[in-house]
Amino acid sequence: MFIVIGIMFGGIAVGYVLRKVEILQKVGKPISLTIYLLLFLLGITVGSNPDIMNNLTTLGWQAFLLAAAGTLGSVVVAGLVYRYFFKERRAE
Amino acid sequence: MKGSLVVVGFFVLGCLLGWSGALPDVILENDITVYVLYLLMFLVGLSIGSDKKLKQILSSIRPRLLLVPLSTIVGTLSFSALVSLFITQWSVFDCLAVGSGFAYYSLSSILITEMKTASLGVQMATELGTIALMANIIREIFALLGAPLFVRYFGRLAPICAGGATTMDTTLPIITRYAGKDMVFVSIFHGILVDFTVPFFVSFFCSFS
Repeated sequence: MFIVIGIMFGGIAVGYVLRKVEILQKVGKPISLTIYLLLFLLGITVGSNPDIMNNLTTLGWQAFLLAAAGTLGSVVVAGLVYRYFFKERRAE
Repeated sequence: MKGSLVVVGFFVLGCLLGWSGALPDVILENDITVYVLYLLMFLVGLSIGSDKKLKQILSSIRPRLLLVPLSTIVGTLSFSALVSLFITQWSVFDCLAVGSGFAYYSLSSILITEMKTASLGVQMATELGTIALMANIIREIFALLGAPLFVRYFGRLAPICAGGATTMDTTLPIITRYAGKDMVFVSIFHGILVDFTVPFFVSFFCSFS
């Protein structure tokens, strides 16, 4: 798994050195295409796995809980930060 | 929203193909996913390294603005850790890895599936990746639908923090509508910064087993 991070840092270094090369500003497109391909492959793994297909409701509930927790946590901390660091300054 | 539909479409298409059993075993047994992931991470690195906006943004940072992405990260991770108490099937680090997708469902689900295979095995890693995909899609939907509520009860920063890594593109219109036009810059700044943290946090939490 450190290979993945290593490769990304390699990409950052190459990207920084070659940042003047115009074509690198359009790297978003191949990123989307690669992501589509990977999700398609992930779909194949999930679909061909009967255990996961039969478990989708359980997995869905866990996903819902985690999504709700992440969203709620963010807005609660955002509310505190807004109240103590942003609101008063705006009133000045 | 159109982009999300395309992403989900590719995933569902793969599901149907895999489920139908029409695929030859060659494709199922030779996993090229890892190499495609390496390519993806290299491309993500390239985009970060060559990004001209990043330099601008880093130089225009005022410390107070950093509090916004920091709230997102602290809030998401602490509540994900809390909720892991109720999800006995997964460890707290597994839940943190899912949470640190920050609504960036495509990248986080793939990273989790690949990086967790070594420690959890293909079966559970794929399950956790599927959870990450669904959880982060649901989070984007919450951010889109909940924006007006979040503003009313938690103030104008709340819809931005709820949106995680999506606040510079998919959720930007809804945020500016409900939090105010003057939040455009904060929202974009927040989205780009949180977006960059996703591969780091996800792989960090995946490295605990």
